[in-house]
Amino acid sequence: MSGYWDPHIERMPLEDLHALQEDRLKSIVRYVYDHSAFYRRRFNEAGVEPSDIKTLADITKLPFTRKVDLRDNYPTGMFSAPKSQVVRYHVSSGTTGKPTVVGYTKGDIETWSESLARAFTSIGLGSDDVVQVAYGYGLFTGGLGAHYGAERIGAAVLPVGTGSTERQIELMQDLGTTAIACTPSYFLHIMEVAEKMGISIRNDTKLKAGIFGAEPWSLETRSRIEEATGIKAYDIYGTSEISGPLFTECHCKKGIHVWGDMFLTEVIDPKTGEPVADGERGELVFTTLHKFALPLIRYRIGDLSIMTNETCECGRTHPRILRILGRTDDMLIIRGINVFPSQVESVLMKIPEVGDHWEIIVDRKGPLDMMSVRVELTSAGFSDKIGDLMKLKKKVSKELKAVLNIAAEVDLVEPGTIPRSMGKAKRVTDNRKI
Amino acid sequence: MAEIKQISLFVENRPGRTAKVAKTLSAAGVHIRALTIAEAGDFGVIRMVVDDPEKGYKVLKESAFTVSMTDVLAVEMKDTPGGLYEIVNTLGQSNVNVDYAYAFVTAKAQRAMLILRVDDIAKARKVLSEMGVKIATREEIQAI
Repeated sequence: MSGYWDPHIERMPLEDLHALQEDRLKSIVRYVYDHSAFYRRRFNEAGVEPSDIKTLADITKLPFTRKVDLRDNYPTGMFSAPKSQVVRYHVSSGTTGKPTVVGYTKGDIETWSESLARAFTSIGLGSDDVVQVAYGYGLFTGGLGAHYGAERIGAAVLPVGTGSTERQIELMQDLGTTAIACTPSYFLHIMEVAEKMGISIRNDTKLKAGIFGAEPWSLETRSRIEEATGIKAYDIYGTSEISGPLFTECHCKKGIHVWGDMFLTEVIDPKTGEPVADGERGELVFTTLHKFALPLIRYRIGDLSIMTNETCECGRTHPRILRILGRTDDMLIIRGINVFPSQVESVLMKIPEVGDHWEIIVDRKGPLDMMSVRVELTSAGFSDKIGDLMKLKKKVSKELKAVLNIAAEVDLVEPGTIPRSMGKAKRVTDNRKI
Repeated sequence: MAEIKQISLFVENRPGRTAKVAKTLSAAGVHIRALTIAEAGDFGVIRMVVDDPEKGYKVLKESAFTVSMTDVLAVEMKDTPGGLYEIVNTLGQSNVNVDYAYAFVTAKAQRAMLILRVDDIAKARKVLSEMGVKIATREEIQAI
């Protein structure tokens, strides 16, 4: 099957990997203390000095950092490297506040590309592949990140960016694209447009792999995509604060490999900040071990997952995180119950009468939160007997209730009604004024 | 014998949706013989019998409607009191269930046409024929 990009590092015995992490942790802590006024102040407030960090376990002595710190220190107040060493900026859109700026040294870009080169190799891509990058280019990290990673393994990159979907499909055919990187919701849209154009992705293109991320997506969506197109769909993970997209599953699809030589990953209880036991669900915390323009120490990324330190079937020893269950920011609280849009997705995608696109609308009627879920009725699901359609509504509602523990109104809508997205899909409209 | 094909559409209950259906068919030159709309709150189902169901189905599908074709019976009934009774009573006694039905009057005939969707179309055809009820063919519907 697939080989390794950097076999020495990727298969390093855990003991050696931990020793490497410990060395790098000590250096990065010293480095940020010496180079960033922000960290020096933070460490001083917490009464901790770089010399207190002697082992990996000592990391818990260090204070957390959060997105709000990046915002408060906008634009570059948290940077550790001088401007002269910065070769690139990316800026996140800031849908929930001020934008955040991340910076990269030449070495940081190298590390980032290296991380994805390992990842892409692990799903079987190499120099014979044509990788169509349909993530947004520009300030967003998705496009350029995937681009550099694919170039590093010697693949031919087709930097289409987002949009012009028909053209994307034509180019996919003309240039023999074998892998595409985009959001899963955009790929669903590509599938729909290809069908309208009379093109079968399975038979009329050479596409064999999709690298999907930048938004949470469910295993059920993966099955739908794979069954409809015959490609293998892989999860990619990362956020701009820690560079951008960085990690993917390997061909075994048993979790996302988070490279331990580059990042130290912790999983904590979001309420107490204490580490959870191996294999338990919690919030991911990243410390960048080999990033120098904007190193992050114990950065609370807001994503919920489960981590395992068991060596993967593919032979890679680095820790793996399981599918992201949701971002704490995405969580809805409806009548006091936590609801993740990804849970809704996983329920809906199991129901064949329901199409690939959906949305959640939350309203407040009087004192009560009301959640409704709009789903498109597929042609296969359409019965011209009203009773059958009412039964379908009830079935969807019942299955949502079984998983979410909350009643949701289900609206059947015509196909094509729910807005398609080129980038990150907007699945939730919250009309509550709180 | 080829059954009569009814076209059914799923439509959301909002202004302009039925107009869009009518416009699509009119642009394709498809004649609507009979039409009924069943509504269920936020959505509805339009059912219709047209002169060229295959073409109607195709143009609606191309306009991204959720559309299906269903086999229905078109039976002629006497346009007098008791006309409907005779038909549904026959079906009922033969244990054929009517899922839904709608009727229209043709311009030239003195008879009304009843469109029936039943759970057992072969049996319905048989018992109605035995009763001497005239069942319209596709060609007859086309020629109306």
